[in-house]
Amino acid sequence: MASSEGISAAEVQSATKSALEQITAASSMADLKKVRAAVSGDSSLLASLSARLGKLPADQKAEAGKLVGSARAQIAEAFEKRESALSLEEEKLQLAGESLDVTALASPARLGARHPLSLLQEKISSVFVGMGWEIAEGPELESEWFNFDALNFDADHPARAMQDTFFVEPLDQKLVLRTHTSPVQVRSMLDREPPIFVLCPGRVFRTDELDATHTPVFHQVEGLAIDKGLSMADLRGTLEHFARIMFGEEAKIRLRPSFFPFTEPSAELDVWHPGAKGGARWVEWGGCGMVNPNVLRASGIDPDIYSGFAFGMGIERTLMFRNEVTDMHDMVEGDIRFSKQFGMVL
Amino acid sequence: MRAPLSWIAEYAPLPKGSTAESVMEALVKVGLEEEGVHSFDLSGPIVVGEVIEFADEPQSNGKTIRWCQVRVAPKGKKAADGGDDVRGIVCGASNFEVGDKVVVSLPGAVLPNNFAISARSTYGHISDGMIASGRELGLSDDHDGTLRLQSIGLDPEVGTDAIELLELADTAAEVNVLPDRGYCLSIRGIAREYSHATGSSYKDPITLAPLVAGEGFGLKIADKAPIRGRKTSQSFVLRTATNVDATKPTPTWMRSRLKLAGVRSISLAVDITNYVMLELGQPVHAYDLDKIKGGLVVRRATKGETLKTLDGQVRKLHEEDLLITDDSGAIGLAGVMGGFSTEVSDSTKNILIEAAHFDSVSVARSARRHKLFSEASKRYERGVDPKVGEYAAARVVQLLEQLAGASAGKLGATYTDLTKQLEILLPKGFASALVGVDYSDDEINQVLLEIGAATVKDASGLKVTPPSWRPDLVDKTDLVEEIARILGYDRIPSRLPVAPPGRGLTRAQQFRSGALDALATAGYVEVLSYPFVSAEQNDWFQGAKQAVSLANPIQEEAGQLRLSLIPGLIETAKRNLSRGFTDLALVEQGSVFISVKQTKVSFPDTSSRPSDADIKALNASIPLQPRHLAGIFLGNRVDAQPGQKPVRFGVQDALYAAKLVGQAIGVSFEIKQAEPKGYHPGRSAELLVGNKVVGFVGEIAPAITKLTDLPRTVGVFEIDLDALLAAAPESVVAKPIGTLPALTQDLSLVVSVDVPALELMNTVREGCGELLEDISLTDDYRGSNIAENSKSLTFALRFRAMDRTLTQVEASEARDNAVALASERFKAEIRA
Repeated sequence: MASSEGISAAEVQSATKSALEQITAASSMADLKKVRAAVSGDSSLLASLSARLGKLPADQKAEAGKLVGSARAQIAEAFEKRESALSLEEEKLQLAGESLDVTALASPARLGARHPLSLLQEKISSVFVGMGWEIAEGPELESEWFNFDALNFDADHPARAMQDTFFVEPLDQKLVLRTHTSPVQVRSMLDREPPIFVLCPGRVFRTDELDATHTPVFHQVEGLAIDKGLSMADLRGTLEHFARIMFGEEAKIRLRPSFFPFTEPSAELDVWHPGAKGGARWVEWGGCGMVNPNVLRASGIDPDIYSGFAFGMGIERTLMFRNEVTDMHDMVEGDIRFSKQFGMVL
Repeated sequence: MRAPLSWIAEYAPLPKGSTAESVMEALVKVGLEEEGVHSFDLSGPIVVGEVIEFADEPQSNGKTIRWCQVRVAPKGKKAADGGDDVRGIVCGASNFEVGDKVVVSLPGAVLPNNFAISARSTYGHISDGMIASGRELGLSDDHDGTLRLQSIGLDPEVGTDAIELLELADTAAEVNVLPDRGYCLSIRGIAREYSHATGSSYKDPITLAPLVAGEGFGLKIADKAPIRGRKTSQSFVLRTATNVDATKPTPTWMRSRLKLAGVRSISLAVDITNYVMLELGQPVHAYDLDKIKGGLVVRRATKGETLKTLDGQVRKLHEEDLLITDDSGAIGLAGVMGGFSTEVSDSTKNILIEAAHFDSVSVARSARRHKLFSEASKRYERGVDPKVGEYAAARVVQLLEQLAGASAGKLGATYTDLTKQLEILLPKGFASALVGVDYSDDEINQVLLEIGAATVKDASGLKVTPPSWRPDLVDKTDLVEEIARILGYDRIPSRLPVAPPGRGLTRAQQFRSGALDALATAGYVEVLSYPFVSAEQNDWFQGAKQAVSLANPIQEEAGQLRLSLIPGLIETAKRNLSRGFTDLALVEQGSVFISVKQTKVSFPDTSSRPSDADIKALNASIPLQPRHLAGIFLGNRVDAQPGQKPVRFGVQDALYAAKLVGQAIGVSFEIKQAEPKGYHPGRSAELLVGNKVVGFVGEIAPAITKLTDLPRTVGVFEIDLDALLAAAPESVVAKPIGTLPALTQDLSLVVSVDVPALELMNTVREGCGELLEDISLTDDYRGSNIAENSKSLTFALRFRAMDRTLTQVEASEARDNAVALASERFKAEIRA
């Protein structure tokens, strides 16, 4: 019986050769699994050789053991190689099958956008918050006392005669849609103790018909600083810092004498806009000045101890020349194309 | 104010080569903003010609033309264009004779509106130039035919350059005069400012005419009701001129300047008053002396009184209107417009000249009341120098003498009641401290003297008396502005002040921008609408009765302030739809306006801080203005794409958006099925925090979407951000995170279809107790195997304990407790 016979080198070689051939021939992982069962399973040639090995006389055991061990090792190595090759191949195939045209993917949602007027107000606010200023707010429908009286507007000032101010019924309540963000100056001074450094962005109203450069509802940002010893130099320094952040390092500002009831001295503010369309130039940006002592008094601040400066500019106007918006209609009509071209930044 | 350069130069010399632009560039430095340039807009050769002969030639079209021979250069000399001395010219006008001197535009000349002159063939002749009218030269607006130079008192040599002769080479600089600088509405003021800006010398034009006396004319200021207690008039000067030849023409130099200044030439007498007004800033009125009955009385109008003004309109007067009256009644609306009955005309022989000062407020109110914004009222409203009247009257007399052959009359009157000019103390160092520039005492004193102030040095500073033409200088800061602007704003250095350490954005501010960022990130587009809506629109979602109405809306149909943001979003959605955008998710943040109980409003004095009670009362009078955030959703959320069917927007998107807003302030809303006004009754809910309703979510009521031409299904939400913020926890309290293994179980409960899923879910959560970590609704099944009017809701439950690995027994026990509670509350049964 073969099992009791010795184990010949030829026998082992033949078994090994057959096993290696089968392994090489396996064309898939599933095939290879079958081969593994056939070649190294309980009923395999190799298994029977191992079984016979145990029954060999001691003097033959060492040599035959070597032969069988080496065969086993050869076969195991072949399996390992073939397995890794097949798995690589299969992974490749799977990847090929999974490929998509990523230029034609379905979008699970739309892309949204903030309104650039809001973004600009937030951007400006962050500049001043960075300097330690606070963002102050006040009502859009405001008492005339805050909108006019406390800001040193004479009772007969033209703005108070329905020229460009929205009044509400009944008139004896003396309420207006605020014509500027300046009433927030007064509210800020009444609410706080100096030193006061506040910025007030917000909506304002004038009875202008909508056209390419006017809108009855627009936005301003107002700055107010009250402290001991503030001067027009502090005003200029603040505006210059602000301008550089908004328009680049080369931006600078120019002041021209002007008139506002709530500041004295007063100035028009031009900014040197290095990135202006058609080349760097001066652009009218807003108004500013030292807070009129009458305004300080009405707000409970002693003008003999404190001084302050204020400035204000239009958000729409700033957006127009900073981002080359040419028509006011685009900013107020809510056309989604307008906001979407900005997305989340300016 | 439009200021001809030749006129400025008379009082403040301009450097050679000055242009309107260079003058404006100087003026802007002292606060007069540039507005534009005005000129006659023509170029030569334009010369004086003499008509030698002409023939009238009737034409087939019914017109008669004149074929003229015109000498345009002295005999034997070349004309200005290099051509012959006599030219054949076709002319359409017939108001001239042989021997008349006229203005000829030779080929090469360009008249206003780019009208280029060339030799051209017309009516069978070669017309070698053009005989110009005053209108064609831009000198007058009248169709009065050819300009005959003798008619304006000129007899120049043939060939003379007409541009120089008629002063058509002059240009005017137009600057914007701010309300506090009334004196700059005059050449007197502009020239002074020019000298401030450039350091050029300055001569005050009040010295042009010698003062004339006048006495004996009746004049009474009888104002029984001065406005706001203000002085009616500080001065009132009447002078007369006799033997006026009112038919004399206005000389070209005056016409040219008036034209450039934007004032129409009317008649010599009126032109002179206007000229003096432009020169000195003092409005002057000329009456036909012979039409005045008795003396003048200045008083307020009486009830029902009327006045026919110069423009021929009969005006109903108000009791606040200040009048100039004579024995016949009102003959002028003081400072605004003269009366018709005493107007000067060609037949006027004697003129009464009025140069008065009137209270700015009184004139401003009358001008506005009658919508009569005249050159005079514009000046009075900004303040006229109360001391200049006598000089202005004298200057008018002088010009009438020179140009209209008149003599100064003996009659006249002079009333003066000057307000004492206040003295302002400018403390030492004050200007330097406020401007941030180290001004020397000498510099400061010099500037103040230059602007016409009187100064007295004193230990504490300068005592300054402003000039009579500067009613705006009342405080030391006003003086500082004069110093700063005249010495130049460009001297102000730059210094960045240091604010005290800040608090950053408030929680509310962070929340509002965070909520909008979240919505935009989720795919929604922020828009900003006007807050003006109709009462009907307000009524859709709120009761319009609580709305605030505008007294002067731009459009009557948008006369209220919004109570809700949704009507504005509907308008914006419609505008986008009309432009072809059908898939819209729009969000907006803004105030709504809710009226409050009306109170009696009395304004506190502004000379000191109002009391806390006053501030409270003021604030109580202001309508509530909570900030809302709303969104509207229509069309496709996801478009049809490769491998993707379209997905419609609906109430679920509105709810998701609302949840994003809640998350921005750390709030998870409770949702309660409800029927808010204007919403779909079966597809809407209230959003609650605690027990407070802070918003709504749902679909817009189909009645409204139909009315507004929107698709039937429109998702919508609106949240009161202020209320949400108030209800939200101040900060998040963190719970420990369990890391031991979890157990999951499903639970299907059959309940009546009326039971809201959320309530059942909350009951299951309550019943499961603290072992339940999470619960979610995974299915809502109705149909076979489920009783009629019932539904099967399936929940996925996840259990976890903090301190031990849970057993199935523990989890099942918790689940059974939940089933028991659900069955007790909703008759729920486990689905078989």
